[in-house]
Amino acid sequence: MKALALAIVALVGGLLISATVDFPDWGDPASPAALHVSPRYIEKTMEDTSVPNIVTSVLADYRGFDTMFETTVVFTAGVACFLLLRRREPRPGPSRVYRHRASGVIVEMSQAPDTEPAPEVFKRIDDDWTPHDLIVMNVCRLLIPFIQLFGLYVIAHGHHSPGGGFQGGVILGASVILLALSWDLRTASLRMREVATGLMSAIGVFIYAGVGALALAMGGNFLDYAALAPILMVDPVAARSLGIFFVEVGVGLAVMATMVLIYKNLASEGRLDQGL
Amino acid sequence: MIWQIDLAVLILVLICAVGALAVKDLMGAAILFGAYSFLMCILWAVMGAVDVAFTEASVGAGVSTVFFVAAVFRTSRRSKD
Repeated sequence: MKALALAIVALVGGLLISATVDFPDWGDPASPAALHVSPRYIEKTMEDTSVPNIVTSVLADYRGFDTMFETTVVFTAGVACFLLLRRREPRPGPSRVYRHRASGVIVEMSQAPDTEPAPEVFKRIDDDWTPHDLIVMNVCRLLIPFIQLFGLYVIAHGHHSPGGGFQGGVILGASVILLALSWDLRTASLRMREVATGLMSAIGVFIYAGVGALALAMGGNFLDYAALAPILMVDPVAARSLGIFFVEVGVGLAVMATMVLIYKNLASEGRLDQGL
Repeated sequence: MIWQIDLAVLILVLICAVGALAVKDLMGAAILFGAYSFLMCILWAVMGAVDVAFTEASVGAGVSTVFFVAAVFRTSRRSKD
């Protein structure tokens, strides 16, 4: 069976590799993909949207409908993760470990308490807890604000340089995940609660679709940002550039919240009490 | 890019891809998959698709590797087959 599978893989792989010979050369200006709409984008982007990075303008303006549903896909992935993994019942195994903050004494409770002790007096410790490394914790604490600043820069500067909502959102989400990895999941949950992640990922999609619907209400086509010019009090070209920025913010919000949501549910088996 | 380096990166991509499929330790497979994504990111950047390279670096090599590691930690680490 294994030999048969290998033979099929080798055959199909060989066919695919032999088919690549017929591909147009890399960067060939006469290739079919470069002949149809690409010249229009390359020549007209500056005129139409005043965005120097053509990739961003194609992604968020000319092909904005695709990107809206890509954002929806990310949102749906987060919702699916939540629905599949999230569990309300507490972790099995009765004992819980706490540290008394003032004295440093470790307390192990053989029965899970009905009510959690006050978190400012007793700090809960993960079951598979290892002493946190002071250097890792503090280096991450210093780094996270700069990572988040870079994430915001990537979202806002996507017009001029590589980047945009997806990349910036992932960087912002990764900064929260880094906090959960270097400190613990509860610390990260205090910074970004479960309700916040769910709401923000929905609001991100809503901002994107809302900008499109607003353009529709202003008499343009769906996602035609030029129709927003009267509200923004700029000329239509600048309105398209600003519209791209608004939808990128929506994408960034949705992606950031979804990344944190998926990580929290994966790392804590859907209980959100303790993670990696 | 110099074609020798290009070829070396391509061969490393192949090694990482086959390794990620063949390795029995799922954690090792996750790490190899991250390395694969990072090498693909280099290839995208070489071909001039900087936006795609950026996405590959942040999503492929960054967050998805963390997701895999988190998932592996919550399941059994070695594959049965």
